[in-house]
Amino acid sequence: MPKVTWVLGNGKEITAEVPVGHNMMEAAVAHNVPDVIGECGGCLSCATCHVFVDPAWFAKTGGPSEMESDMLEITMVDRQATSRLSCQIISAPELDGLVLKVPRL
Amino acid sequence: MPDPIIIIGAGQAGASLAARLRALGYDGPLLMLGEEPVPPYQRPPLSKKYMSGELDLSRLLIRPESWYEEQNVQLRLSTPVASLSPRERCVTLADGTALRYAKLALTTGARPRRLPASIGGDLAGVFTIRNLADVDSLAPTLVPGKTMLVVGGGYIGLEAAAVGAAKGLQVVLVEMAPRILQRVACHLTADYFRDLHGRHGVIIRESAGLRELLGDGGRVTGAMMADGTLIEADLAVIGIGITPNDDLAREAGLTVDNGIVVDGSCRSSAAEIFAAGDCANFPWRGHRTRLESVQNAVEQAEHAAASMLGAAGDYNPVPWFWSDQYDVKLQIAGLNRGYDDAVLRPGKREGSQSVWYFAGDRLVAVDSKNDALAYAFGKKIIEAGRTIPKAVAADPAADLKSWAMGTAR
Repeated sequence: MPKVTWVLGNGKEITAEVPVGHNMMEAAVAHNVPDVIGECGGCLSCATCHVFVDPAWFAKTGGPSEMESDMLEITMVDRQATSRLSCQIISAPELDGLVLKVPRL
Repeated sequence: MPDPIIIIGAGQAGASLAARLRALGYDGPLLMLGEEPVPPYQRPPLSKKYMSGELDLSRLLIRPESWYEEQNVQLRLSTPVASLSPRERCVTLADGTALRYAKLALTTGARPRRLPASIGGDLAGVFTIRNLADVDSLAPTLVPGKTMLVVGGGYIGLEAAAVGAAKGLQVVLVEMAPRILQRVACHLTADYFRDLHGRHGVIIRESAGLRELLGDGGRVTGAMMADGTLIEADLAVIGIGITPNDDLAREAGLTVDNGIVVDGSCRSSAAEIFAAGDCANFPWRGHRTRLESVQNAVEQAEHAAASMLGAAGDYNPVPWFWSDQYDVKLQIAGLNRGYDDAVLRPGKREGSQSVWYFAGDRLVAVDSKNDALAYAFGKKIIEAGRTIPKAVAADPAADLKSWAMGTAR
């Protein structure tokens, strides 16, 4: 199962296995990653699951879709070059080792 | 051992409240009582991806079951509560067990309005959509070629119609009011959804009062309308609104008026009893309101958790909502209550648009359809307490960002 690491605002790390097909927002909520909220349940309506993809992994996750990019305009912490809404990043074998940085709210 | 904080109601608000209590450092005993047999789950997908079969139960849970144990939250499911005694600080369960609490949170939610049995409301094949069990019994009846009658043209009814149509059923939706979405959106948004459903083969009848549901052998076969027309149907979905679950509170002597009356800090009229979510009626910008949304369930519950631990401050949300129908995502920022004008802003993609609601010159709400940018910027403007000129809102070439950032002039 792909392993994913969230790096928190305070430098602490949380690593968990995320079943293929699950998204990174639900995985973060399941593992108590603070500041990934996922209020809308992953339907691209709230922008509360914002993460910065580690630049080394951005080619593998890819960039946001058009709708997602629009929603990144209302994140609590301003978007950066590798910003994604984590509900739109779906676990897959090639994402084993993925590192996501969580903005500090 | 001190008495626990007890949360009655294991839905979105209850789960959010428990999580926030723990996140804020409360490490005392915490007990959550739920009527349903499943841990707290997300309700919005019930009328969308769960109903259509795209999402299974495990993906619906707000937190995995293990979370409650890890967080030392005692979750008692299938456990209805019979009564409260605020004076004794005691909750009595349906099985007679009495539990004392230090503080109590009521996150009891709401229940769907049903049609009375006298007009066929209790026939087999008549469904509401609120709980997992509702959809688990409804979903197997969604068989291509059958006819689904939807009573009520609000968001739940329209979402059910969309799933039914996508599954290959013939769908007839009847709305008593002159148009769909009468209570919640302006005619521009209603026109958009009427057209969308029409293109998917759904027949929408407005100003169409229902006289009664007809049945044969105890199972629904159709509806007799007020004007004497007959609609044949194999199943009926009733989407005519919800009623707050405030009975426990009322019977315990708490102040109740369209929900459990709370102040800005989510305190009810009884000492150490708080309420949040669909069941709570709270002061908001000069009047009282009750919001039926996930956002309110989460944010008000989190506010209540902080209040329970002694924080001060009033809950003051900027409401937002969403609905998914076919490939259209509707996002709503703000509350259009009291609007006196609405302008249409065409979107940059096919089928995308937004409607901007004004009370005088003040922007109060935005409905966007497949136009997240309009939603995002509209939400920012409302949150900041700013507004935007109507002509700018209606001009698809005008830059919204500068208005959202407050740099426009």
